[in-house]
Amino acid sequence: MKAHGKVLKYGDNVDTDVIIPARYLNSFDAKELASHAMVDIDPTFVERVEVGDIMVAGKNFGCGSSREHAPLALKTAGVSCVIAKSFARIFYRNSINIGFAILECEAAVDDIDEGNQVEIDFDTGTIYNKTKNKEYHAQPFPDFLQKMIQVNGLVNYVNEKKGK
Amino acid sequence: MSMTMTQKILADHAGLKEVVAGQLIEAKLDVVMANDITGPMALPIFKQMADKVFDKDKVVLVPDHFTPNKDIKSAENAKAIQDFSREQGLTYHMVQGKCGVEHAILPERGIVVAGECIIGADSHTCSYGALGAFGTGVGTTDIATGMATGELWFKVPSAIKFVLKNKPQKYVSGKDIILHIIGQIGVDGALYKSMEFVGDGIQYLTMDDRFTICNMAIEAGAKNGIFPVDEQTIAYIEEHSKKEYKIYEADEDAIYDEVIEIDLSQIVPTVAFPHLPGNAHTMDEINQLEKIYINQVVIGSCTNGRMTDLRKAAAILKGKTVHPEVRVMVVPATQKIFVQCIQEGLAEIFVEAGCAFNTPSCGPCMGGHMGVMAKGEKCVSTSNRNFVGRMGDTESLIYLASPETAAASAIAGYIADPRKVEE
Ligand code: SF4
Repeated sequence: MKAHGKVLKYGDNVDTDVIIPARYLNSFDAKELASHAMVDIDPTFVERVEVGDIMVAGKNFGCGSSREHAPLALKTAGVSCVIAKSFARIFYRNSINIGFAILECEAAVDDIDEGNQVEIDFDTGTIYNKTKNKEYHAQPFPDFLQKMIQVNGLVNYVNEKKGK
Repeated sequence: MSMTMTQKILADHAGLKEVVAGQLIEAKLDVVMANDITGPMALPIFKQMADKVFDKDKVVLVPDHFTPNKDIKSAENAKAIQDFSREQGLTYHMVQGKCGVEHAILPERGIVVAGECIIGADSHTCSYGALGAFGTGVGTTDIATGMATGELWFKVPSAIKFVLKNKPQKYVSGKDIILHIIGQIGVDGALYKSMEFVGDGIQYLTMDDRFTICNMAIEAGAKNGIFPVDEQTIAYIEEHSKKEYKIYEADEDAIYDEVIEIDLSQIVPTVAFPHLPGNAHTMDEINQLEKIYINQVVIGSCTNGRMTDLRKAAAILKGKTVHPEVRVMVVPATQKIFVQCIQEGLAEIFVEAGCAFNTPSCGPCMGGHMGVMAKGEKCVSTSNRNFVGRMGDTESLIYLASPETAAASAIAGYIADPRKVEE
């Protein structure tokens, strides 16, 4: 599995209330959610994001409420992967469960700048910054989780297990 | 064996003798809970996997976030879970007016007890750790899977041990203690970990204090918070539940990432300033600052909307009136607490003081309704989050505090020290 795109960069503690504000939660239509993604900290996000783009952020990304709307909004908006120093645990689970790729890598976060072109190889955890010609290494997911992302989430994983 | 209390519960639910931190396991679930925001989203996912829930005694859907329905979309969401709950014949059928905020109603109705493995599609599911259970917040797909299969994957957490010592002072409660702790370790200080609370100090903490403390474990990034089971826990469970419960204890040689001692007698009333729950300031510091004038006070939520919380707030408000420029919302966390407030005369105290006394709901806690703030407004709230825009406009500000500090502030019109009210 690979991803490639330009980088949109944010700081520490990006919480789910800003990824998708509570006032939009009475809908769970993925496209509608995506149209409000990040609006409270970056009103231009929705216009700027292109399919494949990579979000880079500091520590504790996705903290706050358990809303799966958050990774779903980012995935549907076109984001192919979030690279952060660390993730809040429920956001981490939710992302894997919906087959949305996330990686933890401090070195990459410190070095990558807004707008850089970045390539990711999920099998090895290699992050390549084309703009700066630099490489960083994240922990690849353990097998169990790789499998879940490969089958595009937990639902398919459960159904495969049941032979449904 | 050398397992923490949480690890022991997880090992048992995974059918394993032993687990270690970092291990991926699949564990059996005792309770699976969702609400009117996360539930409706889970139903279509659930239907991709099953037609019937794995056990109708163990799945609970609680309408609390946008109830009483605030608009048509919310009404549809509440209806979706009510219909599903009825069609599936769920044992605990929750309907607004007969339930309350999820994390208050589950313990109150005896649906969750010690030793259980509980997931909720809500981050504050960690509250049930107060009962000596493993409770953790998960996402919608997790919940759908839990409802369908009764099992879920977990990464076994490591733990930080908090040794609580000595007796807290008057006007210091669970809220001040947890705000103090998050202020000390930071909002990611326990990321992915368990927070295990032990020590001689816990005997001075009521069950409601323990619920408050475990409720906010997630605000330090924790997977769960947990208290050992003592006489108080057993008395609470036996009063509220007929379910069998199991007592787990951490092994003596359990391995902790860190052991942190907290002297409860040294803690003073504490307030978390915007925009992070870890932005803690003591009342002693606040008293030195210029007065922070406020527009609104919220007393309620799954953090501090329980009976002892409301009694403490009422004790301060009794015979007083709230500041003429301040709006105060008192929101009991469950219908039973609401009724008890009426019976004990608390409702009258609140209303006569000039508070709105509202029906059980999450209400303003997440800016849904019943107390949304305008640009530039400030609120003292007994809830658990003060993120940007959490309670309304992105330029409104939330200060998290105990019920006593909130009540004292309601009277003063600025963030005020509950210890000084009698002066
Ligand atoms: S009261 Fe607030 S924190 Fe608690 S469940 Fe409701 S919205 Fe969430």
